[in-house]
Amino acid sequence: MKDLYLVYKNLTRKKMRLFLTTFAIFIAFLIFGAIMTLRGALNSGVEMSADNRLVVVHKTNFTNPLPYSYVNKTQAIEGVKQVTHANWFGGYYQEPANQVVTFAVDPESYLEVYPELVVEPTQRNAWLNNQASVLVGERIALANGWKVGDSIPLSSNIFSHKDGGQTWDFVIAGIFSGAEEKTDTSYVLFHYKYFNETQSWGGDNIGWLIITTLDPSMNESVAKAIDSNFANSNAETDTSTEQAFNKAFIEQIGNIGLIIFGVVFMAFFTILIVVGNTMVLAIRERTAEIAVLKTLGFESMRIFKMVLIESCLLAFLGGLLGLGAAYLLIQVASEYLARFLPNLVLDQSILLQALGYMLLLGLVTGIAPAISALRLNIITAFNRG
Amino acid sequence: MSSQNLFELSQVAKRFTKGKETISIFHDLNMQIKEGDFLAIMGPSGSGKTTLLNLLGGVDQPTEGQITFDGQRIDNLSEGQLAKWRANNIGFIFQFYNLMPMLNAARNVELPLLLTNMSRSERKQQVKVALELVGLSDRASHMPSEMSGGQQQRVAIARAVVSDPKFLLCDEPTGDLDRQTADEILQTLQLLNEKFGKTIVMVTHDPSAAKFAKHTVHLNKGEFVKAEELLV
Ligand SMILES: Nc1ncnc2c1ncn2[C@@H]1O[C@H](COP(=O)(O)OP(=O)(O)OP(=O)(O)O)[C@@H](O)[C@H]1O
Ligand SMILES: [Mg+2]
Repeated sequence: MKDLYLVYKNLTRKKMRLFLTTFAIFIAFLIFGAIMTLRGALNSGVEMSADNRLVVVHKTNFTNPLPYSYVNKTQAIEGVKQVTHANWFGGYYQEPANQVVTFAVDPESYLEVYPELVVEPTQRNAWLNNQASVLVGERIALANGWKVGDSIPLSSNIFSHKDGGQTWDFVIAGIFSGAEEKTDTSYVLFHYKYFNETQSWGGDNIGWLIITTLDPSMNESVAKAIDSNFANSNAETDTSTEQAFNKAFIEQIGNIGLIIFGVVFMAFFTILIVVGNTMVLAIRERTAEIAVLKTLGFESMRIFKMVLIESCLLAFLGGLLGLGAAYLLIQVASEYLARFLPNLVLDQSILLQALGYMLLLGLVTGIAPAISALRLNIITAFNRG
Repeated sequence: MSSQNLFELSQVAKRFTKGKETISIFHDLNMQIKEGDFLAIMGPSGSGKTTLLNLLGGVDQPTEGQITFDGQRIDNLSEGQLAKWRANNIGFIFQFYNLMPMLNAARNVELPLLLTNMSRSERKQQVKVALELVGLSDRASHMPSEMSGGQQQRVAIARAVVSDPKFLLCDEPTGDLDRQTADEILQTLQLLNEKFGKTIVMVTHDPSAAKFAKHTVHLNKGEFVKAEELLV
């Protein structure tokens, strides 16, 4: 494309204007990249939830415990394939600020209910056979620099050890990874039995149950059967799909979807107007020049394309810079937020979406001036001066 | 020098309609321009000089009548065909130079060559020759804002001749220049006419500019008023 130099010169002829418009687009795509990544991280739990997994929690408050006997009682209900359970340990490593999400679980059934957690067989056996060992997720191991065989003290800010203190000493038996990139691997698992024997509160309580159904189509009827089974007992239950459970959990943080949509929409709309208006003015200023090009024999369509390419270049210049900045921001943030927000990754789908929006921005802001350049009549343009 | 007609206008009429009003500029204009001529067109403001140049340059089309160039009719070409025809046959020189402000002299001169199949190195070579011709080899990398009016007009002339068109159209090329600079520009045009065989039509208000031409015609209210051998 021989005209590219001309396009480039037109784009860069007013440095201040170029800087301001690029900056506006930069900000828009920085926001877009960061927020879409944040949303992806928050939603990954929802997206990754299996469609035949149900979560059974205490009806009054999901932080209230359930009796251990519910495990067998639930197993007996029709349509239930498998049952496992978990307790919230509320752990931290070395200091309270260094939170480590830790669950006390029944090892064997837990790994079966969560097949997306991938463990090497030898490590898996080592964990199953050592009561005082933990299985740690890849991401949290990486964040803390843990290796298999390391001894790590984990403290609870809820429970006390029956030997005194709030710290349990564990050895790392294995590290699990995720079957997919988005699988959450930022937590630690250890034996429920060991937990129950060593904590000072006593009482055979579990935090919640996770069950799988024989088929997703049975989810609703199974959930109803479980809840009615425990109705009018000391601990009534609330059963929902894991997806709904995770979603409800996220919605407690705020209606993020709507906020994101609002912010992104406002940013884009503002920038669309600013950049679109700038392009219109820029082309209007060049009326005489466009008339000269046409006189020299440049065809209208060629000039039309040049204007569109210019506006697209502008959109991609600001957009890619903004997306690059978002990427760096996320790199830094994900190191600090690894524990709270795993899966903070600017992935390919966000990149593709952003590229799509850049193209759209370029075309939308360029189309009106491009059409006026296309239609520009040489004689009237010169008469205007 | 050949005495063939490069341009022939027969029974050309040109009218502009604006809303309900119609302004008639020409109603029965006949004219021939011989190859190798240097023709000056004079006349009062509003007499139709620019309109005539626009018709000759294929920038505008007649309402009626025929215009042939080198034996080929151009009055019935489409907009796209006309653009190609202009690129191949006509060099334009304007009163206010009309250089691209963000391009240096060489890049300005190169513009018409972007419409050819020439490679970048061929284009560079051609640009060099054209700038030498107008005596601005040492200004190739200067921006228009760094040059005087006369120098800018020289760049514009280089741009007009760089793709070697047969025909040059100049609308008051010295209208914005002082006497001495104007004379230099006119000498360059004369050189292009005499040494390089370019056929030139130049509109001017300035009788001393017209003296550089081989012939002068006068337009008044859309008609040639002073008989010369060109006129039919
Ligand atoms: N596009 C147009 N629409 C309507 N009227 C026009 C248009 N172009 C020119 N005219 C009219 O045609 C007449 C001749 O205009 P033209 O520009 O050819 O004059 P000119 O001889 O070049 O004058 P000047 O010496 O001032 O440049 C003028 O009355 C002008 O107003
Ligand atoms: Mg005029």
